[in-house]
Amino acid sequence: MNTEDESISMFSGIAGIARRDLLLAWKRPGDVLNPLFFFAMVAALFPLAVGPSPEQLKLSGPAVLWVAALLSMLLSLNSLFLSDYEDGSLDQMLVSPIPLSALALGKTLAHWLTSGLPLVVVSPVVAITFQMPFSVTGYLMLTLLLGTISLSLLGSVGAALTVGLHRGTALLSLLILPLAMPILIFGARTVSLVASGDGVAGGLYFLAAYAVLTLSFAPFATAAALRISNE
Amino acid sequence: MTAQLSADALTLFRGERCLFQGLSFALNPGELLLLEGRNGTGKTSLMRAIAGLIEFEDGDIHWQGKPVRTNRQSFYGSLVWMQHRVGFKADLTLVENLRFETHLRAQSGQDFEEVLKRLDIDRLKRLPMRSLSAGQQRRVALARMLLSSVPLWLMDEPFTNLDREGRALVMNLTTEHLDRGGMCIMAAHQDVEIGGNVQKIVLQ
Amino acid sequence: MWKFIHQLASPPHFYRIAQILIPWLAVPGLLLIGYGTYAGLFLAPMDYQQGDAFRIIYVHVPSAYLSMLAYMTMAVSAGIGLIWRIKLSHAVAAAAAPLGAWFTFLALATGSIWGKPMWGTWWEWGDPRLTSELIMLFLYFGYMALRGAIDDTSKADRASAVLALVGAVNVPIIHFSVEWWSSLHQGPTLIKEGGPAMDPGMLYPLLAMILGFTLVFGALLLRRVRAEVLFRERRTRWVKDLVLSGGN
Repeated sequence: MNTEDESISMFSGIAGIARRDLLLAWKRPGDVLNPLFFFAMVAALFPLAVGPSPEQLKLSGPAVLWVAALLSMLLSLNSLFLSDYEDGSLDQMLVSPIPLSALALGKTLAHWLTSGLPLVVVSPVVAITFQMPFSVTGYLMLTLLLGTISLSLLGSVGAALTVGLHRGTALLSLLILPLAMPILIFGARTVSLVASGDGVAGGLYFLAAYAVLTLSFAPFATAAALRISNE
Repeated sequence: MTAQLSADALTLFRGERCLFQGLSFALNPGELLLLEGRNGTGKTSLMRAIAGLIEFEDGDIHWQGKPVRTNRQSFYGSLVWMQHRVGFKADLTLVENLRFETHLRAQSGQDFEEVLKRLDIDRLKRLPMRSLSAGQQRRVALARMLLSSVPLWLMDEPFTNLDREGRALVMNLTTEHLDRGGMCIMAAHQDVEIGGNVQKIVLQ
Repeated sequence: MWKFIHQLASPPHFYRIAQILIPWLAVPGLLLIGYGTYAGLFLAPMDYQQGDAFRIIYVHVPSAYLSMLAYMTMAVSAGIGLIWRIKLSHAVAAAAAPLGAWFTFLALATGSIWGKPMWGTWWEWGDPRLTSELIMLFLYFGYMALRGAIDDTSKADRASAVLALVGAVNVPIIHFSVEWWSSLHQGPTLIKEGGPAMDPGMLYPLLAMILGFTLVFGALLLRRVRAEVLFRERRTRWVKDLVLSGGN
């Protein structure tokens, strides 16, 4: 590692911290896998509780998968800033010339790549158990793709607000779930609409627009929240 | 000439308690500011406040004549901070940790291997941080300071966990940094033997 | 003008002015509510569809409106406090939240009671207004829980301000998405936009109630902010003098 005399930039900061977090996830695969198992298990709870009727499962599949995905995202969000807060890395990030919002964005990117994207990839397998046709599964993946981006970004604000607080986990859910309702509504309903053969463009546009909105606001809110939480 | 770093009439509260009031100092190239005081007198809080992590109740810090409050990013581009929690990832190796640092601030271009050798941590390169002793981790934090090219060093209790050679190393490195025209603010509750321009602030 | 605002923002000043202001809000507010209650229950004509059951709107509509107004008050003052570092502003946000939650609860309870004779159930997910009010209540709970979880007042102020602002951006989106959601299965709605104009005999008591509720909300808010200010400034000279002189 010879130190090049390249000036540091915002993009290298975003890429650098995302790379570091991905490396950390690589060394601790459990952190990535546990929320995925959780997702599959929550989805499995439903047929066990409601009964094996294929018709009913087909009808409720999109809703169950989306709720399970939302809860699984919450589970992984809890630790987003926790280790940085505890080992002093957050202090170092705060006193870096790279804007904190850029570093927060980099961390959120890594979070999405290790929690949102795997959910998208795994969801078709779980969807099969809900008798979801393949034509609908594509839309499930697309809505999850757009929705989890927003969830990661929105959740990073909540994670930043609750980092270092006692009983932060329950609090994080309380803060984020009401804000995440629109994502759930549009995500789950859009998939249901496809299943019943209705038009879906509106829901997808909404999810995409919401992802853009959170992408442009959330990093700044997260940075502000981190500064406050780290005092 | 205005000082590089100047503080005017700083007042700091922690919760309800006033740590100090009306504290002023000025720091120029080649100077060391030593913060002394018993535990709980606010050395670490002052350090954190200088770094902008907590806010002064009153007073301002100026860096190169500009208030830090409104020029945070350029101030952060000029400092590196060593504190009690070293801020490395326990799961990553020494090299991986230091490589991440290159994304955070400008690098001095000093030879990486040589720096590690001088700090006597070159054998630990491939080990995860968690298997290093507390003293060895402090040495990695020193490597972070040497590898970055910034004028201002903030060192909070740099001698903690270090053996005698380690402490001597900190003093030598700091002296060299000051000789190069650097500045240093150090909080310590033991005797520091560093030549040159030393100011002391004793917090009560 | 600026000087006036700064003076007002100084806690002892505000404390005194609020004291003078409270009766000027509370008395007209209570009178309006008194008139609205009487007129709403006895003077307003019966609704030709809903019968006497519609009369609950005289509590429901003002409560629902105030749940929004309180959230806006909270978010705006939290934002001002965060940006211009005005401590009084944070005290207003802190005082507004429980009031807003209370009005939201009132709107939910009255909406549910209204729903029983109208839909035959205590709760109807198909009504977008009730559903958004429910999410609104959760937003208030989240805000108050975050405040309660942080010991340091100044930190709690700023952290909850960030949350209030993020929430304020989301409130219209939540409303929109709930509308879209319920429009998919044509649920029953209590008030239709662009519906037939209300009979003036029904409308005037409602307007009186809305205004009365708002004024009383203002009075309650000022009272709560006064208490909040007193608590936050408990170590200061002026509060000590105030207590020693036995005044209020």
